[in-house]
Amino acid sequence: MSVSTVPRARAPAAEPTPAPPSASRLAALADTWLPRLVLSPTVVASLVFVYGFIGLTAWLSLTDSRMMPNFEYSGFGQYATLFELDRWWTAARNLGIFGGLFILACLSIGLGIAILLDQRIRHEGALRAIYLYPMALSFIVTGAAWKWILNPGLGLEKMMHDWGFGHFSFDWLVDPDMSIYTVVIAGVWQSSGFVMALFLAGLRGVDDAIIKAAMVDGASLPAIYRRIVIPSLRPVFFSVLLVLSHIAIKSFDLVMALTAGGPGTSSDVPAIFMYQFSFTRGRLGLGAASAMMMLATVLAVLVPLMYLETKGERNGRR
Amino acid sequence: MMLKPIAQAVLLSAALAASAAMAAPQVEVLHYWTSGGEAKSIAELKKMMEAKGVVWKDFAVAGGAGENAATALKARVIAGSAPTAAQIKGPSIQEWGQEGVLANIDAAATEGKWDSLLPSVVSNVMKYKGHYVAVPVNVHRVNWLWINPQVLAKAGAKAPANFDEFFAAADKIKKAGMVAVAHGGQPWQDATMFESVVLGVGGAAFYDKALVKLDQAALTSPTMIKAFETLGKIKTYIDKDAAGRDWNLATAMVINGKAGMQFMGDWAKGEFTTAGKVAGKDFLCLPAPGTAQSYTFNIDSLAMFKVKSADEQKAQLTLASAVMSPEFQEVFNLNKGSIPVRTGVSRAKFDACATRSMDDMAAASKAGMLEPSLAHGMAIDTAKAGAIQDVIAKFMNSSMTPQAAVQALAKAAKTK
Repeated sequence: MSVSTVPRARAPAAEPTPAPPSASRLAALADTWLPRLVLSPTVVASLVFVYGFIGLTAWLSLTDSRMMPNFEYSGFGQYATLFELDRWWTAARNLGIFGGLFILACLSIGLGIAILLDQRIRHEGALRAIYLYPMALSFIVTGAAWKWILNPGLGLEKMMHDWGFGHFSFDWLVDPDMSIYTVVIAGVWQSSGFVMALFLAGLRGVDDAIIKAAMVDGASLPAIYRRIVIPSLRPVFFSVLLVLSHIAIKSFDLVMALTAGGPGTSSDVPAIFMYQFSFTRGRLGLGAASAMMMLATVLAVLVPLMYLETKGERNGRR
Repeated sequence: MMLKPIAQAVLLSAALAASAAMAAPQVEVLHYWTSGGEAKSIAELKKMMEAKGVVWKDFAVAGGAGENAATALKARVIAGSAPTAAQIKGPSIQEWGQEGVLANIDAAATEGKWDSLLPSVVSNVMKYKGHYVAVPVNVHRVNWLWINPQVLAKAGAKAPANFDEFFAAADKIKKAGMVAVAHGGQPWQDATMFESVVLGVGGAAFYDKALVKLDQAALTSPTMIKAFETLGKIKTYIDKDAAGRDWNLATAMVINGKAGMQFMGDWAKGEFTTAGKVAGKDFLCLPAPGTAQSYTFNIDSLAMFKVKSADEQKAQLTLASAVMSPEFQEVFNLNKGSIPVRTGVSRAKFDACATRSMDDMAAASKAGMLEPSLAHGMAIDTAKAGAIQDVIAKFMNSSMTPQAAVQALAKAAKTK
């Protein structure tokens, strides 16, 4: 037995001996190079199409480009012009109003619905789908539908008048002072379901044992949510803020479909400003400057957020 | 054995392709005539070109009143593959000329004697540095007032010739419970109304000085303040749901008797005729109040881009001549609701509004009262026109005073 086993044991060992080193060398080579090889097109693509074009836009904002790009440096004149334009400040103020209210409302409504849905109610799946469904629509559709609903001569106001409530008035869509708030309404309708889904997933991840322990200690349900559950959703808050703030800053299609920046330019936002000046008014340099200001806004919001988030993770691990 | 037939096929197809390219030069035309009547109009040009043995390559980009087409054009020109011709109008032709990409089509112009067929205000727009680089397709008159005579009759009002009569009529219509002025609160519609008001209040000479030459003294003059006051007064006769309304929905309000009058260019006529209404009977087309003698024009044109081969250049000149031919001018403008840009086109098939537009254009041209439209990108470059449009839109949608509007206007005119 032992005699026969030894050669048998040796034979398989002897045959592959030359092979394993080369195979493992290959594997090692593949291990080091394959991920790089697979990732490199993405890296190159994002280097060129994201960072390259950011650089190009930054350069264009320092030129006198009008209808066509012109790469001759001419200083910061475009920024000076931009800051003198009333319309730019309207757009910036609107971004502040829209972004702030949109994020706040989405967060509170999303969290509220998520907490209510988390109470082990019946038909939760169906309700979840209903709340999440607006997310399946594009902002153009949302904008067009809300445009009809909010139009005083077609939608809500007319319906209430037809029902006999003659004094009912809801004309924000055609009121230059209020039009930006209609964008908030439509945006919140579209996105709060998505926020709910994120929070619901987060809520399901909270350890039941902690909650039960708190209950044993006699904590009330609101106190449990306030002191235990919501603080433990911190990472979800960060993701939601990240997603919502970039939706707010880049918002273009929703405003375009709902108010087209109007009445007049009262609901203008930076993205529409950038598009119009770059592509329809032949002021590419000024458009590029406004795009850089949008990038600065994104960075101003996202960098502290991401910094806090990574810090939070480190704290969590410790 | 197997390679031989393949090689033959390759050779044959190459030869075919080469001969096709040689036999039929092509023109590629970028345009945004995509809506019903417009698409029918441009299809006529395609037919005419194909009859002349030129392959027509359609490059239609819909949407945004040509904004999307302009974006597509920029991309193509930057990439070095400009189309043969593109629908560009007004001072934009000069902007493209400065880029050095437009082709000289003087050959077609001298052969067709364009200089004698076109008013000089028009031919100047088509020329860059004295050479024809674009061919005009049609003329739209912008300073029209569209009226539903039934509404006027019901309110006991009469068709207005000046602003006093206009406001008298508007008061009566309002009192009778209808909307006096149908309007859509979009910046370009606000600007369309504004330019008709300036023309009516100040006259053609003032219009030219203020909105074409952008003379600061004229822009801040009492006449301009009066124009804004008039505009502000018209604003009170517009229903509050007008914000964001499309122009054709406003026209529909006039058509179905919900509203009495609308300031709009003659493309509105298409809406009336499609609804089965007859010019002069079911609807009236009058010059905007106080502008009977003057005429603001909006001319569509095809700018010609530099092409490489001699064949393509020849096809390009054929295209230019075809566009200026009386046959095309007639059929295109009948479909589109505009009028031919050149003289010598039969009037038989045009309706009352169109023939009036032709007469007024000839008269205004003679009297020097033919003015380019500000709202439709004919008067000044896009950057300045955009800045002015913003001021008008702000005035229309806020409690801005006429004095403040005039100051903002003067500032906008300085936009570089």
